[in-house]
Amino acid sequence: LKGQVPASASNSKSDDGRAKSSSGARCWNWIDQRTGVDRILRHSLDEPIPGGARFAYVFGSALLFIFVSQVVTGICMALYYVPAPTIAHVSVDYIVKEVAAGSFLRGLHSYGSSAMIIVLLMHFAQTFFYGSYKGKREILWMSGVVLALLVFGMAFTGSLLPWDQKGFFAGSVGSDIVGQVPLIGEGLRLLLRGGARMGALTLSRFYVLHVFIFPAFVFFLAAIHIALFRKAGPAGPIHEDPVRPVLSAEAFYPRQVLIDMGFALLVMVVLGVLSHFVPIMLGPEANPADSAYLPRPEWYFLPMFQWLKYWEGELTVIGIFVIPSILLGLLFLMPFLDRGTERRPWRRLVPVGGLFIVLVGLLWLGMMSRRADSRDSAIAARIARQKQQEILYFHSPFQPNSASTFVAGDQNIGLDRTATGPVAAPILSDSSRSKASAIVPADRSVATSDRRMADLTNQGEKIYQSYGCDNCHGKGGAGTSQASSLIEIGRQLSASQLTSLLENPTDAMVAGGMPPVALNDNEWTPLVTFLRNLKRSGVEAGGNSTTPVPNPQ
Amino acid sequence: MIGLVSTFVGALLSVPVLRYILYPLTARSDESDWAEARFAASEIQMPLRLTLDLRQRDGWREVDSHPVVYILKTGDQFRAMSAICPHLGCTVSWDMGREQFVCPCHAGAFSPDGVNLSGPPPRPLDALETRMADGKLMVRYQNFRPDTRRKEATL
Repeated sequence: LKGQVPASASNSKSDDGRAKSSSGARCWNWIDQRTGVDRILRHSLDEPIPGGARFAYVFGSALLFIFVSQVVTGICMALYYVPAPTIAHVSVDYIVKEVAAGSFLRGLHSYGSSAMIIVLLMHFAQTFFYGSYKGKREILWMSGVVLALLVFGMAFTGSLLPWDQKGFFAGSVGSDIVGQVPLIGEGLRLLLRGGARMGALTLSRFYVLHVFIFPAFVFFLAAIHIALFRKAGPAGPIHEDPVRPVLSAEAFYPRQVLIDMGFALLVMVVLGVLSHFVPIMLGPEANPADSAYLPRPEWYFLPMFQWLKYWEGELTVIGIFVIPSILLGLLFLMPFLDRGTERRPWRRLVPVGGLFIVLVGLLWLGMMSRRADSRDSAIAARIARQKQQEILYFHSPFQPNSASTFVAGDQNIGLDRTATGPVAAPILSDSSRSKASAIVPADRSVATSDRRMADLTNQGEKIYQSYGCDNCHGKGGAGTSQASSLIEIGRQLSASQLTSLLENPTDAMVAGGMPPVALNDNEWTPLVTFLRNLKRSGVEAGGNSTTPVPNPQ
Repeated sequence: MIGLVSTFVGALLSVPVLRYILYPLTARSDESDWAEARFAASEIQMPLRLTLDLRQRDGWREVDSHPVVYILKTGDQFRAMSAICPHLGCTVSWDMGREQFVCPCHAGAFSPDGVNLSGPPPRPLDALETRMADGKLMVRYQNFRPDTRRKEATL
């Protein structure tokens, strides 16, 4: 860049003589004539900064930098993550314990969210105390406030996704807080959760917000924010006139670019070191039935968490909704309230003092929360135990999701895992692994205990195999990569429906490779009986899968 | 600016990100691919079609897979063949009328002992390793590269 920008700063035509001398410059010329990249670069690099480059201006570009890192690491998370309750946790577990660099990248993403908020606060404090919202910068400021809210929204929705104890209960408390909004609160809460309780729909909604909706708004608003910033120009130091700069300006490139890059690099190095040496924990899978779990939010929500303790009964709405809304409203409208061109903080005592009080208040609330937890020995012990469990779980070996729980879609297992607690989960999946048939409750087989039924089913299984149905639909109808599972098909289709579907498959079935079935008349009843009795495990369905299956002839 | 920043972040992140994305290339499974071929000697009508019971890792889950194999007996010796067509991976079945293995996809045909007779398959049905343990026939189930003359096991 260093050599290219000045070289092409004067236009291509007058430059022809020199361009021919170096093939690099010629190549650059060729590209520039077709893209106008030179003008774009000059526009972004030659931006004048009144009063010159300063460290105080690094936070905006650092935010952009961290956001790009969040996008990259976030896409990485999505490569292995699955947003469904029985699977989300094990897929994150897989990322952390099995995938190369998985724990590191998750660390970058998770620490990155904290970094976003810290740098956001610095960016906010700098622009606020410098009075940088003055001088026709109202929309620029307001887009920044909305961006800040989106960043907190990203942090909140993201913490639920691993579906561990911590994230689950943070999401639960957070969506309850949303429910405190007057009039529409209950509706909002139901909408956010996808139902009254935290569950599968909640996870999908948080996932979509975190991965699609919020980022889309961040991209959009960040573009506007930057465009408006370029339109208004940097406000410069506190004694500069915000509308008509008088101080001599220095171009963005090279000094401010280098300072920005240096700071961004420092942030990334800190994030990298933290992720490598202090990995982000993953606790046991969420257990909604665990009433003993003490939820504690991430540090940046602690002040709000503590604040809510002071509000009871009918007054709650004031603490949860009215006061935060007023403060946010004041913040949003700040350029309209703090008017005039005076930027020096000591001449703007009301807004600066007000913000100072709020910031100190938040800090105090956060510290009070920590202190309250450490003072109550019972609570402190429980929190320490929860931490201990997280660490234990984090260091326990990876336990893959067992097929019998997954393929069979067995809700019983899901409930058992949560009801008996995550500690019992490995034991449970072990037992279900060794004896899949044990899952099927006794009463399920009562229907098939009829001898004739059992005979028909056995005959049907032989027919099923002799026609090669199992080549695609798998042994015992369990399904393969080529065709779907037939388990529990008897719940969806009656015998006659199933028969006609087999004789005349739908277009979709034919396209998937399913041929029309032509059987002898006496083969239909056994086959359909067999299919309609397919239960969770092939072992149960045929009742004889321990004996080998002879070739059809 | 955005381009500059993303290039920079990209350069920094590329090593862990590439390792992360390319993990499936480097992951080695330690799972056993040996399974017992369960049948009673009396039941043997040649060739014997069996499904093996394998437990396999599939990313973050474990699945039961039941691949189809054919067992052949010559004298006292058992041989096992994968039912996966060496052309493009369909499952061949035994055509009792023609006394051939026939692939349902592209009509490749194989002799009763697996030799490719006609159609696109470039090699015979893939023989699987077998061994006897405690009087049981153990078969090592592997996948092989499709559509090559030489038989080559894949991961």
